[in-house]
Amino acid sequence: MSWRVHIRILPRAGLLDPQGQAVEHALAALRFPDASNVHVGKAIALDVAAPSAEEAERRVRTMCERLLANPVTEDFEIAVEPGARA
Amino acid sequence: MRVAVVRFPGSNCEPEACRAVERAGGEAVYAWHRDTELPQVDAVVLPGGFSYGDYLRSGAIARFSPIMEAIRRHAAEGGPVLGICNGFQILCEAGLLPGALVRNAALKYLSRPVDVRIERTDTPFTSAYRPGEVIRIPIGHGDGRYVAPEALLDELEARQQIVLRYAGEATGDPSPNPNGSLRDIAAVCNPQGNVVGMMPHPERLADPVLGSDAGHRVFVSLVSSLVRGER
Repeated sequence: MSWRVHIRILPRAGLLDPQGQAVEHALAALRFPDASNVHVGKAIALDVAAPSAEEAERRVRTMCERLLANPVTEDFEIAVEPGARA
Repeated sequence: MRVAVVRFPGSNCEPEACRAVERAGGEAVYAWHRDTELPQVDAVVLPGGFSYGDYLRSGAIARFSPIMEAIRRHAAEGGPVLGICNGFQILCEAGLLPGALVRNAALKYLSRPVDVRIERTDTPFTSAYRPGEVIRIPIGHGDGRYVAPEALLDELEARQQIVLRYAGEATGDPSPNPNGSLRDIAAVCNPQGNVVGMMPHPERLADPVLGSDAGHRVFVSLVSSLVRGER
């Protein structure tokens, strides 16, 4: 079975995120003072062949730990949905 | 005394690194990232540049190059390894050095001279400097902010693994810590001291024709440590 996996990577909580701060300041300047706690990260999407959603998530977690995210500076979240990208 | 300078796709400081090694009396040879063995060498330099276009994170893809296993073995046997700028980023990604290098706090690429203090002179790359000496050498990076968990930073201090710190206060640099590195860290080493990574580029200022050769003694340190057979 094929699974579409979305990985969301954000700077580790507590680590200075100057990009998030700059965007937050820009939002405030555009009169969105209601926006706070802005963080900028990256999104990675990929198809994985695996027998189950759990197995797909396990594989992608390993990919994140080994390559896709840096455990010192980044946190990641994984979302699995059925089917490959059309 | 032979020193391998490793070329990754996107390395761009390797000729300067070779020249700096040779001016200090060593012989420099290139090693290719796809090689699985190092040539017969006494030390390894990972030069600056933008390996794999800095895709994903600086150094994140280069660390899986075939040559890295050979470098890991060389380091484990006590062989000296120096990572400069992108080379430092690769060594951190590879886990050969602690911590990580992330986007500069001001979000700008920085290319300018900085003052750094030599915190440790018992490494193969700093022994020709005086303890506490401040030298001015260039930086050129977008991702040079050194970060690590607080507990790890305390350990690095306790084990004296901080080799260089940004130190422009004394000379009136308006931005003495140019990139926001935690605890002003510009260079660290592994617990054994044979693997060193630094963000500044000593190889770019290693010939008096440039007006200063403040970085020259990094390579003098290396060549003399090899001559003394310290490994």
